[in-house]
Amino acid sequence: MKKRTLKIKRFNPTKDKKPYWQEFVVEAEDTDRILDALNHIKWYVDGSLTMRRSCAHGICGSDAMCINGKNLLACKALFKEVGDDVTIEPLAGLPVIRDLVVDMEPFMEHYRTVLPYFISETPPPSYGERLQSIEERKIFDDTTKCILCAACTTSCPSFWARGEYIGPSAIVQAHRFIFDSRDDGAAARLDILGNADGVWRCRTIYNCTNACPRGIEVTKAVGEVKKEILFSTL
Amino acid sequence: MTVISSTKDFVVRTATYKGGVGHASWILHRLGGIGIAVFLILHIIDIFMIVLGKEMFDFFLFIYHQPIFRPAIWGLMFGIFYHAVNGVRIIIHDFFPSTFRYQREMVLGAWVIIGILVVLTVGMDIFNWITYAGSH
Repeated sequence: MKKRTLKIKRFNPTKDKKPYWQEFVVEAEDTDRILDALNHIKWYVDGSLTMRRSCAHGICGSDAMCINGKNLLACKALFKEVGDDVTIEPLAGLPVIRDLVVDMEPFMEHYRTVLPYFISETPPPSYGERLQSIEERKIFDDTTKCILCAACTTSCPSFWARGEYIGPSAIVQAHRFIFDSRDDGAAARLDILGNADGVWRCRTIYNCTNACPRGIEVTKAVGEVKKEILFSTL
Repeated sequence: MTVISSTKDFVVRTATYKGGVGHASWILHRLGGIGIAVFLILHIIDIFMIVLGKEMFDFFLFIYHQPIFRPAIWGLMFGIFYHAVNGVRIIIHDFFPSTFRYQREMVLGAWVIIGILVVLTVGMDIFNWITYAGSH
């Protein structure tokens, strides 16, 4: 066990005028996760520390936060990867509710905008299922893995500069349906993504791909949507 | 609040986020763009000086040719080369999305090309400056 210093950005809107940094020293193994240290602080040192976590296994995406200057899931980040001294901030670009908890509503609003559900104008075949070949499925397989943690969108400088930008996560969600051979809503989604706050605000910075805890090639998906909009309007 | 509410917040977040070579490349692209825009404004003002007479025009040219302006010219060369080469890289990524898998290699490749171009042009500029210094 080694001593680790966690410097956490705290903010309680009911009593703090502005955020401040607080340091905690905890003992942890190299293979311990940042979430283990945060849980230790919350359970045994300072119960007022507020953060989201649920599954704690990289599936629910609720504990995304900025760890040592980079968006990560606290449940997937190990001390041996991020170092002994760790600085933790809430995700950037979203309003802070308290400590490490941000208001996800603006993010979810963008998500809903892209019609993230199956749209079909034809009834299902009589044998029950809408079949799809392996090749057809492979086109959007990567973007089915999104867990809506917001790590990508809140790592994007275009989103920091303009909160109205729909963001990489919503584009990934749209990509999942646009390239689904069974879906008929692509034209409506491309129309939404082609507006001023759609895909064209992407500056190909690549932070989103680096931040994605699921390893989704986010920038590639955004690029494919850009290309689809361009060639569908020619 | 973490929400980016001001230019200062944006600049601080941009400077502190550890986004890798893509993030650094984007910052340099923007700085290069700002440099080119500043040059164009100064250039328009400089050309406009002819309206105030030949003497004023020549006076501004004389000032621009002083050694103190050479680093600014080199910075302009860097900005132009950076904007051009990095812009081509981004166009390639946008038209061929599968190239995003090689983003890091392509950024580093662009930096090597930009570095060679800047070294060559700055080298030529210094050579000319030394060789023809007496004739100016």
